[in-house]
Amino acid sequence: MIQAIVFLPLLGAILAGLIALLGAHARHPSGDEVEHHHDDHAHGAADAHAHAHDDHGHDDHGHDDHHVAEPPAAGTWAAQAITTALLFVSAALSWATLISVGFMHQEAGVKELLPWINSGELQVSWALRVDTLTAVMLVVVTSVSSLVHLYSIGYMDEDPNRPRFFAYLSLFTFAMLMLVTANNLVQLFFGWEGVGLASYLLIGFWFQKPSANAAAIKAFVVNRVGDFGFALGIFAIFLLAKSTDFETIFHAAPSFAGKTINFLGWQADALTLTCLLLFMGAMGKSAQFLLHTWLPDAMEGPTPVSALIHAATMVTAGVFMVARLSPLFELAPNAQAVVMFFGATTAFFAATVGLVQNDIKRIVAYSTCSQLGYMFVAMGAGAYSVGMFHLFTHAFFKALLFLGSGSVIYAMHHEQDIRNMGGLWRKIPFTFAMMTVGTLALTGFPFFAGFYSKDAIIESAYASHNPFANYAYFLTIVAAGLTSFYSWRLIWKTFWGAPHDQHHYEAAHESPIWMRIPLAVLAIGAFLAGMIFQGYFVHPHGVESFFGESLKMNPHILEDMEHMPRTLGWLPLIMMLVGLGVSWLFYMSRPDLPEELAAQQPLLYRFLLNKWYFDELYDIIFVRPAKWLGRFLWKKGDGFVIDGFGPDGVSARVLDITRNVVKIQTGYLYHYAFAMLIGVAGLITWFMFMGGQQ
Amino acid sequence: MTTWPILSVVTFLPIVGALLIYLVRGDDEAAKRNARWIALWTTLITFAVSVILVLRFDPNQTDFQFVEKSNWLAAGISYHMGVDGISLPFVILTTALMPFCIMASWKSVTNRLREYMMAFLILETLMVGTFSALDLVLFYLFFEGGLIPMFLIIGVWGGPRRVYASFKFFLYTLLGSVLMLLAIMALYWNGGTTDIPALMHTAVPRSLQTWAWLAFFASFAVKMPMWPVHTWLPDAHVEAPTAGSVILAAIMLKMGGYGFLRFSLPMFPLASHDFAPLIFTLSAIAIIYTSLVALMQEDIKKLIAYSSVAHMGFVTMGIFAGTMQGVAGGVFQMISHGIVSGALFLCVGVVYDRIHTREIAAYGGLVNRMPIYAVVFMVFTMANVGLPGTSGFVGEFMTLLGTFKVSITTTFFATFGVILSAGYALWLYRKVVFGALTKPSLASIKDLTFREGLILFPLVALTILFGVYPKPILDMSAASVQQLVTNYNTAVTAVKAAALLQ
Repeated sequence: MIQAIVFLPLLGAILAGLIALLGAHARHPSGDEVEHHHDDHAHGAADAHAHAHDDHGHDDHGHDDHHVAEPPAAGTWAAQAITTALLFVSAALSWATLISVGFMHQEAGVKELLPWINSGELQVSWALRVDTLTAVMLVVVTSVSSLVHLYSIGYMDEDPNRPRFFAYLSLFTFAMLMLVTANNLVQLFFGWEGVGLASYLLIGFWFQKPSANAAAIKAFVVNRVGDFGFALGIFAIFLLAKSTDFETIFHAAPSFAGKTINFLGWQADALTLTCLLLFMGAMGKSAQFLLHTWLPDAMEGPTPVSALIHAATMVTAGVFMVARLSPLFELAPNAQAVVMFFGATTAFFAATVGLVQNDIKRIVAYSTCSQLGYMFVAMGAGAYSVGMFHLFTHAFFKALLFLGSGSVIYAMHHEQDIRNMGGLWRKIPFTFAMMTVGTLALTGFPFFAGFYSKDAIIESAYASHNPFANYAYFLTIVAAGLTSFYSWRLIWKTFWGAPHDQHHYEAAHESPIWMRIPLAVLAIGAFLAGMIFQGYFVHPHGVESFFGESLKMNPHILEDMEHMPRTLGWLPLIMMLVGLGVSWLFYMSRPDLPEELAAQQPLLYRFLLNKWYFDELYDIIFVRPAKWLGRFLWKKGDGFVIDGFGPDGVSARVLDITRNVVKIQTGYLYHYAFAMLIGVAGLITWFMFMGGQQ
Repeated sequence: MTTWPILSVVTFLPIVGALLIYLVRGDDEAAKRNARWIALWTTLITFAVSVILVLRFDPNQTDFQFVEKSNWLAAGISYHMGVDGISLPFVILTTALMPFCIMASWKSVTNRLREYMMAFLILETLMVGTFSALDLVLFYLFFEGGLIPMFLIIGVWGGPRRVYASFKFFLYTLLGSVLMLLAIMALYWNGGTTDIPALMHTAVPRSLQTWAWLAFFASFAVKMPMWPVHTWLPDAHVEAPTAGSVILAAIMLKMGGYGFLRFSLPMFPLASHDFAPLIFTLSAIAIIYTSLVALMQEDIKKLIAYSSVAHMGFVTMGIFAGTMQGVAGGVFQMISHGIVSGALFLCVGVVYDRIHTREIAAYGGLVNRMPIYAVVFMVFTMANVGLPGTSGFVGEFMTLLGTFKVSITTTFFATFGVILSAGYALWLYRKVVFGALTKPSLASIKDLTFREGLILFPLVALTILFGVYPKPILDMSAASVQQLVTNYNTAVTAVKAAALLQ
């Protein structure tokens, strides 16, 4: 069964990929260079109908789609139907797996598939591991992915390259499933990089847009910075445990205590160092503070991609990784402190930036970043199940918010700036209702999903004994208020007030049924997921029986959370209401206030609007020096020093010498005869000595 | 086991093909066609025969197999051939890539075609001979002999600056070979033989180890090439014709790594151990330095050439780590790089044949007109980046993992290559393939032809196959690598123990 769950999406990806490729090949037939090189301009005009999309600007609030008069690729419906159907089968099987593994306690285990890298002690195989933690992720990934496939049929209906899009989506799903079913760190890394590739391809799906290409490369390279740490972490683990298999590592982990590794002159505690290196990978993938810069740019991709990859699944891979490695992190309290610090900082930082953004997708993107920070706070507190709970509920309501935003964008003909919206609830009431459900869940309105999971995280920060516990508690509380503010700001500016762009407003229309079904399903999830699953993710006994051996919780954290003061428990709710109230004041009752505030605090406003100037900072610190250094080493290092003193220099000297040697060639016979005599004398001498030796 | 001298047949069959081509007289179209087909069939048959080697090879045996030995020059210098798990993969790589090179030159070379094909066939003999020679003098002949056809290929069929490039290539390699010849003589005087298996079991005095190691290093480091003697490579690649670049990157660079594995480590273990920090430093510098330089290149071939130097840095690092994963990873990385970099140069050749420029700025938006090419190029770009699931990952991962045990600092710096390679490879792909197609010169560019597909698709399949299932190569070399590593570590620990006793 697990093989079917993982490999059906791959099958779909391959089939859709072939359809896309054959279709593209049919439109652009191959030719031979000799025949076609000389008449390049003759055919050019006739064939140039398909590639005039270079007029897209790359401002931050650019349009989400491109308008093409190209006919859809052949086999579009086949590709859509195949990939979507296979994903739904996979999703159904995933739910069955969750039920049998999580509730009936069956079927957990490891399925070996193939040997992979075997060399000496290094024994890595392809294997699929199924336990409750995996099953939860399977459900999240396949459910959201199948709904996003369905949604994309409607959302992408103007795009001519849909087979390619669906192939990428299914490829992503496959890689993500390989990631969550990994039984060793190397396969986890395979899935990790695989989702990175799929993310790169999907962000750059509209490859004619320079901004999309730039964002795709940025996402890949920034993730690679994280992978740098991840890879070193794997090496360190292998050094300690002589294995990359989870079971072996976890079994051996307690014996690493007290060992040190000399890392660049720093005598580091082995476990702390390993966990920190691995966490660096998680920071990259989950867009944590310092490595977050790629996520907002990734919004250049089509909106369903943002929902699937950059909200519900791929970005949570870092959280999943820490949960999977909980037996290691539990033994490294210093690493946990770092995890909590970065989580809390991200939660706060991203929320502040989200306050002032105007692009509907970027607001939701910063919100994702912030919520991922919350999850890491729980991880740092040792409340892994709580973090997983938020991951689970967040997948529903954030996918809902993204797909809802997509529905707004679709209705507005690819307008993404919320300043040009307003009053849309009359035009698209269904989308409005869905977005409201998503917002209620995100802000933690009572009985909606986020209410249970986010409050539990804040409690876990309060109850934990982490050195950064108070810091994290304070920041997550503040961030809860900020979250509420920017979420409601989005709703008010998009759906209420007067329309700002009459033209777009008049043309706005509700989305097709393909898009509304996924929204409805996710809305149900966003409402119910918290209530239903609270018992299995937060209550001590529920957690123990549900997760079993797949997580190693901090032994006291869940009990401590239950004993926290009643009055403090109301704080997140109060912050949520404050945020709601302020946003109502700002955007409904006194719309002049925000502008006044921005005018009064220009420095703060610009600081937030420019995302704390991280992009500019990194450009100065890393990008420019790397380019400068590259050019310097090339021109000066290779060209001047090595070649100058090496071959070029040598050849210059040789030329000097030969010029002098030429002078010896006088042309006088007796000069040559003399030289010959010397040579003969030398040879004879040598032979005599050699003969004497033998 | 063998009843016929199978290894010699593989080695010298290409020469027979070259002779046949020589016998084809005339310069008309028919003669050219004959020359092409003879060359192709020769390489195909050679490959077929070499497959027999794989089928009959016993991977569990650590000794040399298919051994042929007969008297040759003087006492101690014999015609001795044979392969083990370390050299066989390189032999197969050579014979497997040759048909692709011949096919890649099918239409792009028209000038002096017979001589061109002969040069390639002779080169194949010399390369296979290098990997299967078990006598130092024989090895030297093959190793250095390979320079001549390569020199001619660059110098005759190369680009506008071919003379400068071939001269630079020659000058660098010459220096190394002279020193290596001296070291070979020294070994002969020390052991009384130039037989490689015999020398592997001959203890070499420590002082001689140091000098001989340095002399061999001079030759192999240039071939690899290691920083700072790498500057011939970008020029040679840029000027060489496509097939020449493929052979250069895929096979000739591997001779250096093979030399380290065959001579430096087993014959001079103590010197290798002493000089390992030097190699680590040079490797780490090579990886970071050349990756940074690659970021700024304006010429497609130059960029790939610099990335080759970086990838070879992983190989030298892994080999001198002296651990199982490091050495096996080094072997694997070389094979994988042979496939991937060869394929990348073939990809460049495809567009070069159409537009006749290698400048990155002259391209852009190829995906709009060449969808299949875009997919193929993407696979090799990702393999170059070291994405898991492609063969590029396995070698990189194993060499880094193997080195971590020995030198964390080296691994730390070398791992920066992972970030930088993503930078330059994706940047190149974006500039060449992605974007809108606006340049008029590209408006009528056509996708891969059947012939080009025939060249590139098998390489795509191999890249992914060895990424998912590298076992065939790893198993082939495992026993020999294990023995090499064990002997190396035994020698090193013995000396350390002796030092402690004193």
